[in-house]
Amino acid sequence: MTKPKEDAAGREMTGAEMVVQALKDNGVEHIFGYPGGAVLPIYDELFQQEDVQHILVRHEQGAGHAAEGYARSTGKPGVMLVTSGPGATNAVTPLQDALMDSIPLVCLTGQVPTTLIGSDAFQECDTVGITRPCTKHNWLVKDVNELAATLHEAFHVATTGRPGPVVVDIPKDVQFARGTYVSPQSAPRTSYQPKVQGDLDKIKAAVAMMASAKKPIFYTGGGVVNAGPEASHLLRELVDLTGFPITSTLMGLGAYPASGKNWVGMLGMHGSYEANMAMHDCDVMICIGARFDDRITGRLNAFSPNSRKIHIDIDPSSLNKNVPVDIAIIGDAGRVLEDMVRLWRATAQTDKKLLYPWWEQIARWRARDSFAFKMNNDVIMPQYAIQRLYELTKDMDTYITTEVGQHQMWAAQHYGFEKPNRWMTSGGLGTMGYGLPAALGVQIAHPDALVIDIAGDASVQMTMQEMSCAVQYEAPIKIFILNNQYMGMVRQWQQLLHGNRLSHSYTEAMPDFVKLAEAYGGHGIRCEKPGDLDDAIREMIAVKKPVLFDCRVANLANCFPMIPSGKAHNEMLLPDEATDEAVANAIDAKGRELV
Amino acid sequence: MNAQLQPTGSAYFIAKETEKPERHTLSVLVDNEPGVLARVIGLFSGRGYNIESLTVSETEHERHLSRITIVTSGTRHVLEQIKNQLERIVPVHRVVDLTVRAGELSNGSPLERELALVKVTGKGDDRVEALRLADAFRAKVIDANVEHFIFEITGKGSKIDQFIAIMKPLGLSEVCRTGVAAMNRGPQGM
Repeated sequence: MTKPKEDAAGREMTGAEMVVQALKDNGVEHIFGYPGGAVLPIYDELFQQEDVQHILVRHEQGAGHAAEGYARSTGKPGVMLVTSGPGATNAVTPLQDALMDSIPLVCLTGQVPTTLIGSDAFQECDTVGITRPCTKHNWLVKDVNELAATLHEAFHVATTGRPGPVVVDIPKDVQFARGTYVSPQSAPRTSYQPKVQGDLDKIKAAVAMMASAKKPIFYTGGGVVNAGPEASHLLRELVDLTGFPITSTLMGLGAYPASGKNWVGMLGMHGSYEANMAMHDCDVMICIGARFDDRITGRLNAFSPNSRKIHIDIDPSSLNKNVPVDIAIIGDAGRVLEDMVRLWRATAQTDKKLLYPWWEQIARWRARDSFAFKMNNDVIMPQYAIQRLYELTKDMDTYITTEVGQHQMWAAQHYGFEKPNRWMTSGGLGTMGYGLPAALGVQIAHPDALVIDIAGDASVQMTMQEMSCAVQYEAPIKIFILNNQYMGMVRQWQQLLHGNRLSHSYTEAMPDFVKLAEAYGGHGIRCEKPGDLDDAIREMIAVKKPVLFDCRVANLANCFPMIPSGKAHNEMLLPDEATDEAVANAIDAKGRELV
Repeated sequence: MNAQLQPTGSAYFIAKETEKPERHTLSVLVDNEPGVLARVIGLFSGRGYNIESLTVSETEHERHLSRITIVTSGTRHVLEQIKNQLERIVPVHRVVDLTVRAGELSNGSPLERELALVKVTGKGDDRVEALRLADAFRAKVIDANVEHFIFEITGKGSKIDQFIAIMKPLGLSEVCRTGVAAMNRGPQGM
């Protein structure tokens, strides 16, 4: 039973009670955590209530990624609770991950009592110092009467503007101390006022520029997903109205459906040929909620040389950071899209026939079939595995997470995303070990959904321990491991850059994933032949337990197409041209010396 | 598009900067709370920006506001980034690039002043000469005995540099400088 919020406000309670009350008042239903000395009072409070469910992970990094997966699949903040010292330092990787991918993550850390801070006490570390550069903001609360307001502010900062991670560090004596609770309505600080509404004159200018385009393209990113389902809806409407082609970053997949007729595929280093060529040759680029990351732009001075650029972002520091733009609009993607749709309807009815030559050009690029691969009847090709997984799961309520590496890029290329919030991957930081705990978080938020972590054999071993957590909470996550015995992306780069000297990228002692699954109390499946794959995937879906699926794939497959380093969008290495010789010479000798 | 880039075999694209860096003075109004200075300094070190001078003090006691004055150098593009990144910090209220603002107001450059305490130890003629020069620089004597003076001097950084250089042969033994305090000319506030 949730008590009315008015009851708690103004009441005297302990700091630990305030933490639980603040979680309830901010709508938190699940938190991911690991107990320890400095958070025992909070754990004691959690024990005595039923509104907030605590998920016990096996390592604090797992708690962070699980909370990230939870946040990204629901649009709500993810919450983690860890102890002082090592609990806090283990949280650093997910905090930085959430910072780079703009995920709302609230991390509560215990701290040694205020009187011991600075004395090198047991399990003490300078948590706010360590997490300062990897959070949007952080707080050390030394006075119990400031705790409630700080917690509410933490939720506010994490979820508004450009979302991100926050840390609230709570010394143990503050958890025991008694003070007055305040409700979330208390006034937010004046210095933090993110601008969400775009400048209407600039939006008008942008719409006029779009209406004049002969070769336009939408380039959208995670910002559209973060702006909520309504933003994705508006994006689809604007794409339909304008008839423009649309591409997306890794983080933005699903905002526009992969089956949509204007979709040209993901762009960037391993994006589609047609998306990258269209970016290179366009005359008007409309970037919404993306940040011109180096994996996207390729060589900067050859990036889309003849286009006028419009950039919409909620973070002013993203504008003109890597690429100078002609119209920079600060605002929430959803709000700006709303204005754009309205203005386009009112003013810019153009003849879609004018775009025919552009679409014909795109069709010629598309005909290159840049995601093609050679099928093999004896060995499972990794791309084929993803395609079969997609075909057998696309009509279900499916959520996909990934680890980091080749499998991640193949998943992005070959799995079609129709809706936002269905794709959880570590884009900015590239955190191996993200996918398994993230899948756990997604499954906790959506108990009846099919949640699949498309994994690599190397990444998945970094956070494998969370299988134990999945078994405990009966979270039937499916870990679909593309097992090629290598750190595939590392091996591919060694082949490209280092004379195919495969230094330490081969895993000589691979665990038996089937036995491992069984040891955890889950279910193990191994598949080695393309002909057996469909049945094995069906078995995986049918099992109502956590599954480790050991999918043995071709060991030395490379991920193409690829923009080699230092090359431009129109200099992609395509799969049918990627002979061993071409791969070895893709990056010139001078380039290699500079590594 | 001004950066010259060479193809590298690295995962990153290494840009050679051709634009000349400019020296700018920024005023940053922040909530006076623990860690706020660390956030500002951490931003500069973490993103590789320069700090030539940094001063901070509470300026509005009731509202707990501090004013940080930072002298930095960078290209126009980097200076723009510094301003945007500073504005992203939660307890930062306002960032004004005084140098840019002075240009907009046609005010030349911002007024910049620094205070220094300069200890000179010596006897005889050197002592007389030090006192005479201090007078010429309008430095005040704030402590003295038969073997030393402590001068207090305010002015532009260049004036203080010059004063310190002159005192060197006369027995300069200790210097403490506050860093730059700055604001723009004219009736307009920050």
